[in-house]
Amino acid sequence: MNDGTAAMASEKLAVGDHAGLRIGTWRWLGIGALIVLAAVLPFGLSNYQVFELTQVMIYAVAVLGLNILTGYNGQISLGHGGFFAAGAYTAAVLMHRYGVPYWATLPPAALVGFALGLLFGLPALRFEGPYLALVTLAMAVATPQTLKYFSWTGGQQGLHVVKVLPPAGLPIDRDRWLYLFVLVVLLIAIRVAANLLNGRTGRAWMAIRDHPIAAAAMGVDTAGYKTLAFGISTLFTAVAGALAAIVVGFVAPESFTLFLSISFLVGSAVGGIATIGGAIVGGFFIEFVPNFANDISDAAPWAIYGLAMLLFMYAMPRGVIGSIRPLAAWLAARLKPAAAVGEISATSNKASTPQQTSQGRLE
Amino acid sequence: MAPILQLHAVKAFYGAFEALHGVDVAVEDGGMTVLLGANGAGKTTTLRAVCGMVRSEGDIVFAGEPLQRRSTEEIAAMGVAHVPEGRGTFIGLTVEENLRLGAYTRPGKPHDAMARMYGYFPILADRRRQQAGALSGGEQQMLAIARALMMAPRLLVLDEPSFGLAPRVVEAIFAIIDRIRREQRVSVLLVEQNASLALELADHAYLIETGYVVASGSAKVLADDPQIRRSYLGY
Amino acid sequence: MHLFLQQVFSGLASGAIYASLALALVMIYRATDLVNFAQGEMAMFSTYIAWMLVNANVPFWAAFALTLAVSFIGGMVIERVVIRPVENAPVLAAVVVTIGLLLIFNALAGWLFTYTLQEFPSPFPDRPLFGALMTTRDLGVIAVTLIMLALLFAFFRFTATGLAMRAAAQNPASARLCGIRVGRMLAIGWGLAAAIGATAGIMVAPILFLDPEMMSGVLLYAFTGALLGGITSPVGAVIGGLIVGVTENLVGTYLIASQLKLTVALILIVIVLVFRPNGLFGTAIVRRV
Repeated sequence: MNDGTAAMASEKLAVGDHAGLRIGTWRWLGIGALIVLAAVLPFGLSNYQVFELTQVMIYAVAVLGLNILTGYNGQISLGHGGFFAAGAYTAAVLMHRYGVPYWATLPPAALVGFALGLLFGLPALRFEGPYLALVTLAMAVATPQTLKYFSWTGGQQGLHVVKVLPPAGLPIDRDRWLYLFVLVVLLIAIRVAANLLNGRTGRAWMAIRDHPIAAAAMGVDTAGYKTLAFGISTLFTAVAGALAAIVVGFVAPESFTLFLSISFLVGSAVGGIATIGGAIVGGFFIEFVPNFANDISDAAPWAIYGLAMLLFMYAMPRGVIGSIRPLAAWLAARLKPAAAVGEISATSNKASTPQQTSQGRLE
Repeated sequence: MAPILQLHAVKAFYGAFEALHGVDVAVEDGGMTVLLGANGAGKTTTLRAVCGMVRSEGDIVFAGEPLQRRSTEEIAAMGVAHVPEGRGTFIGLTVEENLRLGAYTRPGKPHDAMARMYGYFPILADRRRQQAGALSGGEQQMLAIARALMMAPRLLVLDEPSFGLAPRVVEAIFAIIDRIRREQRVSVLLVEQNASLALELADHAYLIETGYVVASGSAKVLADDPQIRRSYLGY
Repeated sequence: MHLFLQQVFSGLASGAIYASLALALVMIYRATDLVNFAQGEMAMFSTYIAWMLVNANVPFWAAFALTLAVSFIGGMVIERVVIRPVENAPVLAAVVVTIGLLLIFNALAGWLFTYTLQEFPSPFPDRPLFGALMTTRDLGVIAVTLIMLALLFAFFRFTATGLAMRAAAQNPASARLCGIRVGRMLAIGWGLAAAIGATAGIMVAPILFLDPEMMSGVLLYAFTGALLGGITSPVGAVIGGLIVGVTENLVGTYLIASQLKLTVALILIVIVLVFRPNGLFGTAIVRRV
C-alpha cells in the first residue's frame, strides 16, 4: 500500500487506511460478515424464531419497494398492501391451481407486480401529496373486498398452498430452508435496488423528487421515470407477497387489509424512508414491535405499538438509518481529516503518503 | 438622546454558518438609519436578528429592553414593526383584513388607525375589500407598510421597500415614509439597494459588506464619500 | 323516484357527518400541511365521554356541551404535547405520529369501554317526515351540522382570533411579525377540529352504535370528501362530504350492496379526481421554482 502507484492513491475509495486495508475493503468485509452471520443464525434458533426472522426479511423486501417509490421518488403510497396481495395471490393461485413449483412463482409475481405498478403509475402522474395518498388508499381498501368477491381466488376462505419441501438429500428442515431461500431473494433485491438507486435511474428519481421542474428542464423524462418508479416499487412488494404466500402456506383476504399498507408506511418511516438499510429496520419493527407490545400490555397492546411509533418519530424523525447516516458521516469526517488532503495532493508524491497514512492511523 | 435601537457586537447564524461577524448599529429615537450594501452582505440578516428570526449573539437593546432570546411575536408586541423582504402580505385575505391584523396587538377598535392609513394611502381605501393578492406590487408595498403602522410601532423596520417597483412608485413610497416618520414620530431602520434615494432621507447610514460594518456615519457624509459614490451611487 | 329522493336525503344526513369530519381535516391541513389520521378516533373517544355523561344522567344537551368543551381542551393539549415535537420534522414523521395516535385512542377506548356495541341516545325522535321522504332524525343531524358550520364561519370571519388563525395558517412568518402567537393558533385549531369531530361522533353514534371501530369508516369517507372538495377548501370539504354521503347511499341502493359499496364509491370519486386532480374547489399545490 505504501509504495502504491499514483493511480491507487487517487482512487476514490481510498479515504484513508486502517490496519493496512482501505475503508472500502473494510466495508465489504463487514457486509460479508453480516451475510455469513445471517446465514448461520437460523441454525442456532428455535423454529418459531426462524419463522419470525423470515417474516422480517419478507417485510424488508416489501418496505424496500415502498422506500423506492416514496423515499427516493417522493410519491406517497398508502396502497402497497394491495400490491403485496397481488404477488401473494399470484404465487398462491399458480401453486394451488397449476402446480407450479414455489421458486418458479417469483418471476410471474414480479411481472404481475410490475405490470400493476405501471398501470397504476400512469394515472398517478396526475396526483400529488394527499390526493395521491387517497388514490393509493382506494387501492388498499379495494383489495380485500375484491378478493372476497371472486371465488377464483378462493373467496373469503382464501387458498391453501402446497407446503414447500426442502430439496431432498439436504440436511435441513423446512423452516430453515425457507429462511435461506428468502435471504437469498432479499440479498438479490438489495443488490438490484442499490444498483438502480446509485445509478442514473436513482439520480433521476431523486431529482424528480426534489426539484421536478428543474429535472424536467434538464431533459429528464419525468413521466417515464415516475411511472418506472411505481413499477419497480410494486415489483419488489409483489415479490415479497409471493414469498409470504410460500412461507406461510396460506392466503386469505383478511391478511391484506388497509392496516398492512399502513404498517409498510410506518416501517418505512421508522427505518428511514430514503434508505436501503432502513427497509430491514422497518421489517424488524413491523414484525417484532406488535409482539413486544403484547408482552407489555395484555389489555391494550396496540396502544403500546402506537406509543412506540410516537417515540421513534420523536427520537429519530428521519428514521433509524436516516438519522444514523449523517452521524456516521460526521464521525468519519472527524476521524480521517488527513485523508481528504491525501486525495487531492498525493497523486505523485509517494513520500507524503506514509505520513498521511500514519496520521490517519493515529487519529 | 439615547438611540431607540442599539446593536452591539451582534453575530448572526444560519445554522452553523456565521453571516454577521459582530456588527454595531444604532437608530436614533425619531431618526432614520439606512443599511447599505451589496446582495448577500448581511443587511437583511441584521434586520432578522433584530426581530428574532435568526439565531444571534451579542446585545440588541430596544427602548432600554434587551431583545435577545425573545420570540418574534414578543418583539412585535413590544413595538417593532417589520416589513419583510417580499412584503409578506397575506395575499389570501382582503386589504382591510390585512390592516386589522396589523392592529392585533393593540387594544381597542382599529377604526381610527385604519382611517389614518387610508389617509396616507388613499388607493388602499378604494381597494379595501379586494384580496391583497390582486394588488399591484406598489400597492402591496403600501399595504405592507400600512399594516406595520397599524401596530402604532415605535420602530419601523423596512427591508428593501423599493424592490421590484417602478421609480415613480418608489419615490411616492419614500415620500410617504418620510412624512410618516415626521408625523407619527416613528423611528425607521431601513435596508435599501437604492442607495441615493435612501441617503437623501436618512440621518445615519451604515455600509455592510460580507457581514461586517465597513463604514458608518451621517448619511450626508457617506453620500459625499467618493468611494461610496463610485461603488454604490454610480458616479 | 320516491326511493331516489329518500336515499338522497338520508345521504345528505350521513353526508353532513362526513362533511363535519372533513372540515376538521381541512382545518388542520391548512394550518399544518398534515392530514390528521387520528381525527376519527379522537371523535370516537369524545363520543364515549358523552356516553358516560349521558349514562350518569346528565341531560343530553348539557352532556353535548360538556363533551365539546372537553374535546376542545383535549385537542389543544394533543397539539401542544404530541404534535409539537414533530412540527419541524419531515411531514412523514408527523403522519406516522397521527397514525400512532389513532392506534392509541382506539386501543384505549377498547380497553376502557370494551368492544361491545353500545346504544347511544339521539336527541331527535326518529319519525318520518314529508311522507317518509326523510326522518326527523336526519333533519336534526343536518340542522346541527348547519348551525355548527354557521358558528364556525362567523368565528373565522368576524372575530379577531379567527382572523389571526387564518393568517397564521396562510403565512406563519408574517403572522408572527404581527405579534400573533402562531403556536397558540395551531393549538386552538386542533381544539376546534376536535370539537367538530366530537359533534360528528355524537350525531352518528345513534345510527352506527357506539364501539371503538365506529369512526373508521366515517374517517375514510370524510377523507375522501375532503379531497373531493379540495383539501385546501373548507367549503369544498362540506360539499365534498355531502356528495360522498349521497353517492354512498345511491351506490348502495342501486349498484351494489354492502361489501363492495365502499370500493365502488371510492372508485367513482377517484374518477372525478382524475379530471380535477386538486379536487372540485382546491387550489393547485403551487411549486415555487
